[in-house]
Amino acid sequence: MYRYDQYDHQIVKERVAQYADQVRRRLADELTEDEFRPLRLQNGLYYQRHAYMLRIAVPYGLLSSKQVRMFAHIAREHDRGYGHFTTRQNIQFNWIKVEETPEILGKLASVEMHAIQTSGNCVRNITSDQFAGVARDELVDPRPWCEILRQWSTFHPEFAYLPRKFKIAINGAEEDRAAIAVHDIGLSIVKNAQGEIGFRVLVGGGMGRTPILGSEIRAFLPWQHMMSYIEAILRVYNQYGRRDNMYKARIKILVKAVGVEEFARQVEEEWQDLKDGPSTLTEEELARMAAYFTAPAYETLPAADTAVDQLKADNKAFANWVKRNVKPHKVPGYAAVVLSLKKTGVPPGDVTDAQLDFAADLADRYSFGELRVTHEQNLVLADVKQSDLIALWEEIKKQGLATPNIGLLTDMICCPGGDFCALANAKSIPIAADIAERFDNLDFQHDIGEIELNISGCINSCGHHHVGHIGILGVDKDGSEWYQVSIGGAQGNQSAIGKIIGPSFSAHQMPEVIDRLLQVYLRERIENERFLDTVRRIGVAPFKDFVYATPITIEHPAGEDAYA
Amino acid sequence: MRNIIKNKSVVADDWTVLRLAEEQAPDAVAVPAGKVVVPLAVWQAQRAALEGRAELGVWIASSERPEELKEDLARFALIAVDFPKFADGRGYSIAYNLRARLGYTGELRAIGDVLRDQLFYMQRVGFDAFAVREDKNIHDALKGLTDFSEVYQTSWDQKSPLFRRVQRTGVSV
Repeated sequence: MYRYDQYDHQIVKERVAQYADQVRRRLADELTEDEFRPLRLQNGLYYQRHAYMLRIAVPYGLLSSKQVRMFAHIAREHDRGYGHFTTRQNIQFNWIKVEETPEILGKLASVEMHAIQTSGNCVRNITSDQFAGVARDELVDPRPWCEILRQWSTFHPEFAYLPRKFKIAINGAEEDRAAIAVHDIGLSIVKNAQGEIGFRVLVGGGMGRTPILGSEIRAFLPWQHMMSYIEAILRVYNQYGRRDNMYKARIKILVKAVGVEEFARQVEEEWQDLKDGPSTLTEEELARMAAYFTAPAYETLPAADTAVDQLKADNKAFANWVKRNVKPHKVPGYAAVVLSLKKTGVPPGDVTDAQLDFAADLADRYSFGELRVTHEQNLVLADVKQSDLIALWEEIKKQGLATPNIGLLTDMICCPGGDFCALANAKSIPIAADIAERFDNLDFQHDIGEIELNISGCINSCGHHHVGHIGILGVDKDGSEWYQVSIGGAQGNQSAIGKIIGPSFSAHQMPEVIDRLLQVYLRERIENERFLDTVRRIGVAPFKDFVYATPITIEHPAGEDAYA
Repeated sequence: MRNIIKNKSVVADDWTVLRLAEEQAPDAVAVPAGKVVVPLAVWQAQRAALEGRAELGVWIASSERPEELKEDLARFALIAVDFPKFADGRGYSIAYNLRARLGYTGELRAIGDVLRDQLFYMQRVGFDAFAVREDKNIHDALKGLTDFSEVYQTSWDQKSPLFRRVQRTGVSV
């Protein structure tokens, strides 16, 4: 993985000093809260319902064991013993004291980490495929490109005060695992007929209150021009994006307002002045970056492991785990293992300090000292020998990281919601908990098969509800919490925005609503059809009809009702 | 007289920035004598009367386009860009375009909500003078120009990205 050189260290060190002085000036009242807010946000520090939350950048989701141990330390020393992995592959801590943040950033800098631009109206952490470098369907490893863009966007002087936040994702495989269509810029690495590398550039995707899939503004951008072309996009956006209404300030609104052809024309015009200038990437720089992401020292191994095959035949729990949580690897005899952070009873994406330390140890012992964070809020050991799978499984079962539910109903994406977030209209974690409890039966989940259930506590859509096969959105109606349900959304190659099925529900009705949706699926599905495929084939109406056919009565109080 | 930061030092400054009150029309407002920085709209409306002035500055609002001054850049002793709120980042692109596209080489001054923690970025896109908000300590603000000793990417101040300028170590074996 990438390692800081003297320049990276210097820049991050100077940032810590700059930020420490900003905190000092705030505490001395030399800065007003209004003046301090954008500064702390550009350092990932939010004020939440109960305390400050610090979001730490995990560049494109890649972590070393040393960094994960530092997270464990921060959880123990500066938080309440846990952290939360986010849908943008970052980690956040929810119980932080502002006075301690300079010290925390100093500690992070010692392990080559920071919280730069994890919030604010600037270019955020670049996200990517959690299986980068190991996926069988990969065309080009996206990580060197992510790192090049990370450096280019770090403290870019012109684009630190954009109309709104700006998210970039890069995918380099046949299957899009980086949700590029719902990013401000989504890059697909492609090869042209001559075998040259370039990017397909999507722009203006996003969720929030106006969910839109990104539009292609360039089918093939030769790789050398990545930075100058993105500079052109950002300059057009910085000048013309709306600033009068924060809900209409994302680039997607601009692209929609002027039309994608006109927007593309403006970008091309802007780019003509920049093209082939000094920002043009060189072979040398690309090679230098790529050298950080070369393959580790893989052993030559047989493609399959007989002990694994035997245990799969003998032990259903192990077989289920392999089926769901173990992913193919391009090198024979290896696999990528997803550590599920979606155990029933635990908020999705949450990890304790002990689990973090444990995951770091696993990385050292099983996966060349590295871990990845997925935007579905799980962890990945990307380079596990198949012959180690049984031992690994035995170990992680004891730590609650082996729930065999990756891609299944309880592998929900869920934002922190109203329990923590000051923006939320409604709680999301208790809804996730109730649904997880109701459908805890693994046989049932495996029978339902692949399904993505995403929950957001408000329209900001941090829980990606728009692209959930089932999406749940917390809404406020007359001061109480309600939940709107959509179906048919999807991320990846066939991205789609879900359709709302009808009037919203109260918290306690949600498990039954999900149950009814699944009943329709079980009734209507044809062989090997996923929930999403059934929705696409038969449409929303049969689901809607059945869900609303009879009143949903309270089985047991949940969410707000539990406190009523 | 007030102090501003110019060429990395705190200096006394005798320019006056003319701002229109709501009821004032650009073509009717009286431009006082002396060193005045007028709004772009006033320059456009009163061009004939102002052209003869030896010491004239113009300022651009964040919603205006620097291209409007394309033919006139050499006429001004200084051009200012207004930051109505420091979080309005359009002024950065205006400054960059004035320098890089339009070739403006004179004094480029940031006015309005100009604060210490934005100065580093502002100087990078081409500003060389900063009328720091008057309730702030300008000597303290001066420190903002030196927050960082190195940068990754190009802008007006640095035409070459870090990867072209220095030999970066790369993977150590």
